[in-house]
Amino acid sequence: MDYSIKDKVAIVGIGETRYYKAGQAPISEFQLALEAIQKAVADAGLHIEDIDGFASYSDDRNDPTRLAGALGIPQIQFSNMHWGGGGGGMAGAVGNAAAAVVAGYAKHVVAFRALAQGQFGRFGQGHAGARVRGAAAYTAPYGLMSPAQMFAMRTQRFMHEHKISQEALCGISLASYKHAQQNLRAVMYGRPLTREAYYNARWIVEPFRLFDCCQENDGAAAVILTRADRARDLRHTPVYLMAAAQGTGYRQWVPAHNDPDYATSNFKTLAPRLYEMAGISPTDIDVAQVYENFTGGVLMSLVEHGLCDADEAEAFCTNGNLEWPNGKLPLNTSGGNLAEAYMHGLELVLEGVRQLRGDSTCQVKDARVCLVAAGPMVSPVSNLLLRN
Amino acid sequence: MASENNVTTESYFPDGMPLPAPMPDGLDAPFWEGARSHTLLVQRCNPCGTFQFGPEWICHKCRSNDIGWARCSGRGKIYAFERVWHPVHKALRDKGPYLVALVELPDVGNVRMVGNLLGDPQQDVAIGDAVEVVWEDHQDVTLVQWRRLPVK
Repeated sequence: MDYSIKDKVAIVGIGETRYYKAGQAPISEFQLALEAIQKAVADAGLHIEDIDGFASYSDDRNDPTRLAGALGIPQIQFSNMHWGGGGGGMAGAVGNAAAAVVAGYAKHVVAFRALAQGQFGRFGQGHAGARVRGAAAYTAPYGLMSPAQMFAMRTQRFMHEHKISQEALCGISLASYKHAQQNLRAVMYGRPLTREAYYNARWIVEPFRLFDCCQENDGAAAVILTRADRARDLRHTPVYLMAAAQGTGYRQWVPAHNDPDYATSNFKTLAPRLYEMAGISPTDIDVAQVYENFTGGVLMSLVEHGLCDADEAEAFCTNGNLEWPNGKLPLNTSGGNLAEAYMHGLELVLEGVRQLRGDSTCQVKDARVCLVAAGPMVSPVSNLLLRN
Repeated sequence: MASENNVTTESYFPDGMPLPAPMPDGLDAPFWEGARSHTLLVQRCNPCGTFQFGPEWICHKCRSNDIGWARCSGRGKIYAFERVWHPVHKALRDKGPYLVALVELPDVGNVRMVGNLLGDPQQDVAIGDAVEVVWEDHQDVTLVQWRRLPVK
């Protein structure tokens, strides 16, 4: 008996709002969520009444009960939140939606993320009060409190272990910004990045400069999943899930940076499971959408998904491999979190779908298989393999 | 053990930074009490000898709940470090760059602790550099800081 989701579920609709710089959305985060969901439903050729399930991640504030009430959805049959405060649950929310469809809990599940950091707290700021307890007590008093500060430490160790220089991080950033110049949705459209500008930008926390860091944006994105046999009757070429994985490795994120395997994106246990479920190998991947909270996490994610060797990662990231149209593995072809918009990575799923429908603004010729990897270096993390 | 040279009342950061407090359930009270008396303590499982930090209620290796505390020499080496330029806390707005070190402690099972690396924030630092603990005393709590040792 095959218990996996492989080939049984498809993404049939995608929708997103306009993406804004943080704090610039003229409508509320909840309205953004409604808009993205409605657009995804319309894109699928479904009716709002068809939606019967919701999945999200990172403690999304827009809960299914309120969404369903506002949208007039007849009944909710599945509602699910992937634990974890960062973007590590992005693919996990899609994977959970897929599991619900395969289990028969629901027929048409929307996986969504709405994020207006300007209306709530920003991820990039320290929130510690006068006294900190628990794990934060061992880090925050020493000025280690923001995501950039948490992840720079791991990246520094990884670069030390594998003798990787800033050039690798620069290569990852340049690819995203290059791809965003083709994409009218991208917040960084019309703002190309040069190698010189990358190095002239200020340090945030070494080894991250400004353009190694994701944006903070307002917007929302959504995808609709349904059973493969239903998907074939809908408007677009179905994009099937070959595999989905989520989880974390041994004692990852125990307090005070004591993870036994420290310099990791945390995909070492997931990537083999993902490939096994899909029945493919890394060489079968045509295009990759890899979550950039920071470029260092992309570097580790590429290595841990078997797309390049750690000790050759610098050469891989700097010789044009990551850039459309000529690179061996075009990466983050919409501009991703760095240059399209930080929809907490869900925009990467939408871009994966576009690639496999054949309508990306950086379309990889004959793309058949796309990897989507969620927020690296956190716990838990998640990933997906999509095909057309 | 720590000499008076290993104690400072000069804060690495300006006032207004968050300070640690023990957890309400008492789990890490011995660690903070140790720091207050300038003794660096990490948990050690009584039956199996496994060291662990941060504190937990049971041993992650043998799952015993019979856990004691072991004294660390206060000598370690830099496992990773970072120089922070962009302030994310209002108390650090005019602070300029600062150094955070992740220190590995070989005599207590290579557990790691985070602290600031005292001295010039622009000093040359390398992974593997030897460091020793410096106790930063505040009114009711003591921070665990680090100073690079001269190369032998």
